[in-house]
Amino acid sequence: MKLLTHNMLTSHVKGVTNGYPLLIKATEVKVNDVEFNPEFISRMIPKLEWSALVKAAEELGHRQDLPGELVPEYEKNEEFLKKVHRALVEVEVVEGCLQCPESGREFPITKGIPNMLLNEDEV
Amino acid sequence: MKLKELESCLQQVDAFEEPKILLEQYPTSPHIAACMLYTIHNTFDDIEGKLVADLGCGCGVLSIGAAMLDAGLCVGFDIDDEALDIFRRNAEEFEISNIDLVQCDMCALEAEAYAKKFDTVIMNPPFGTKHNQGMDMKFLRAALTMAKTAVYSLHKTATREHIQKKAKDWGVKMEVIAELRYDLPASYKFHKKKSVSLYTVSHHSEADISCCNSQNTFQLMINDFYKWFYLLFTYANLKK
Repeated sequence: MKLLTHNMLTSHVKGVTNGYPLLIKATEVKVNDVEFNPEFISRMIPKLEWSALVKAAEELGHRQDLPGELVPEYEKNEEFLKKVHRALVEVEVVEGCLQCPESGREFPITKGIPNMLLNEDEV
Repeated sequence: MKLKELESCLQQVDAFEEPKILLEQYPTSPHIAACMLYTIHNTFDDIEGKLVADLGCGCGVLSIGAAMLDAGLCVGFDIDDEALDIFRRNAEEFEISNIDLVQCDMCALEAEAYAKKFDTVIMNPPFGTKHNQGMDMKFLRAALTMAKTAVYSLHKTATREHIQKKAKDWGVKMEVIAELRYDLPASYKFHKKKSVSLYTVSHHSEADISCCNSQNTFQLMINDFYKWFYLLFTYANLKK
């Protein structure tokens, strides 16, 4: 699971009103080379929940020195975009789980795939 | 990348070992997948550098193709862990890294949480037959919510009118961009009881989509292959 995907995932357990962002408890993390596409990264940034990304990267020990607030004119700052690229699409959680911030329900991540399926009584 | 090249790469993608009838796990043939992706890429420029979702991705032939055509990232969603496991292995074998996977139920998915997060949604959804009536429409509804620009989806010709009506109800623009011959091996027993209709083929797409004549169909039928035609639709939200 990449952090770009994590940035979009929410817990929808019955009764939960704010299931975002999911807490990451990783037991195995890897960094995979992905081709750097600055236009793609620049276009993704305004769509992100920035603070959730920074928090997630921090949890995995890959925050680098990403700022808590977005820097102005980031689209021209290649060094910054490369760091975002790394956090968004190169860092991957292989094993661990995601935890709903409200209910505490855990969603396992196995072989890099988060299982977001809910039981019948949770829908 | 040329169409032929893409298709021959996609022939290396492993498909379902034991397709599950309830989930309508019809594999998307490499030919169909290549034609579909090539059209989306070349005619509409909706893959390269885009955030793409593949709903009901199965073993990942569409996602892997999209990744090869340089999607920024393609995220595959499926309910079935066995299919996802094959997908993961496929991605590893192809050494593709601009791909990610999520196990979830598209029918229970709160698509609103993903509203307009993706640029493009591609999918070959369950066709909504037998036990799954209306499933195709649920997938379509989710896809339209998730996509900012366009949804590309394969559907049976028989559902065309219904889908056109739905699209109108939902306020989306819908266009048939290709009519494709869907080579569906008789993977499930009940196919054998069904009669097979022959259709004429017309081209609505600028892409080179090859079609066989009815003679071929006849021969393939003898070989225990049944044919339907499926339509590749594109949808765009009118309110952008």
